[in-house]
Amino acid sequence: MNPKRCAACKYLRRRCPKDCIFSPYFPPSDPDKFACIHRIYGAGNISKMLQQLPVQTRAEAVKSLSFEAKCRVEDPVYGCVGIISLLQTQIQETQTLLAKTQAEIAVAQTKHSQTQISEFM
Amino acid sequence: MRGHEPRSSSSCAACKLLKRRCTPTCIFAPHFRSSDQITFAKVHKVFGASNVSKLLSEVPEEQRQETVNSLAYEADVRLKDPVYGCIGAIASLQKKMLELQHDIAVARNRLLAHNASGVNNNNNHVLSTLDDSPQLAAFLDLVPYSDLMLLDGSGLDAYLYDIGPPPFV
Repeated sequence: MNPKRCAACKYLRRRCPKDCIFSPYFPPSDPDKFACIHRIYGAGNISKMLQQLPVQTRAEAVKSLSFEAKCRVEDPVYGCVGIISLLQTQIQETQTLLAKTQAEIAVAQTKHSQTQISEFM
Repeated sequence: MRGHEPRSSSSCAACKLLKRRCTPTCIFAPHFRSSDQITFAKVHKVFGASNVSKLLSEVPEEQRQETVNSLAYEADVRLKDPVYGCIGAIASLQKKMLELQHDIAVARNRLLAHNASGVNNNNNHVLSTLDDSPQLAAFLDLVPYSDLMLLDGSGLDAYLYDIGPPPFV
C-alpha cells in the first residue's frame, strides 16, 4: 500500500494501491485538481476514460480534462465551449477584416499603377 | 389497486437509458427527448447522469437548454478525441488565430509601405481600417489562455480537424 495516498484516494477515502490509476496524475500536493475533475466527471468515468487510453497519453488527457472541468466550474452553462464559440467568432470577424484589408491593398496597388502610367504619359 | 405516481406518457431519453420511470418533474425530460437517445448516451458516457443532473439543478431553468447543448457538444468532441477533447479544438483555433495575426501584420506592413512611398492619397482611410477596428484591437491581444501552455503540445499539431460551430452560435 502506498504510504502516501494520491489526491484521488485521499478524496475518496480509500487505500491507494501500488497500481492506482490516478496516482501518477493526482499527487497529494494538489487536492483541488482531483476535487474539480471529480465534481464534473466523477471518479468512475475518469478511471474508465484513463483505462481506455494508452499509458503515454494519459497525462495529457488528465491535463485537458482538468482544464475543461475548471472551465465548467467557472461557467456552468457553457464551460470551455464558450471559449470555442468566442474563438470561432473572432476568427470569422478577423478573416473578414483581412479580406477587406487585402482588397484595399489591391485597390491601392491599382491606383499606384494608374498614377505611374499617367505620369509616364 | 395501489396508487402510484402518474407516469409520463413517454419516457425521456435519459430515463429510457437509465431504465427508470420518467416522472413529470424529471429534470432531464425537457432537454433529452425520447426521439434523440444518442445525445443523452454521449453525455452520460462522458459526464454521468448524476453529474449532469447536479449541473442542471445548479443553473437557472431558463439556461438549462444551453447547458445541455454545451455538455452535448463537449461530450461529442471528447468521444471523438479522448486525449485532448475540446482543448484540441481550442488549440487548433488558437493556431489559426496566430496565423491570421501574422497575415494581418503582413497586410499592415504593406499598407504602411504604401503610405511611406506617398502614392496613396487615401492613406488615412486605409490605415483607419486597421487602427479603428475594434475587432483587430481585440484580436491583436492574444487570447490569454495561459493554462493551455500546460499542454506540451507535442500531439496537438495533429488535431487540426474542423469542428462544427457550437449549437448556440
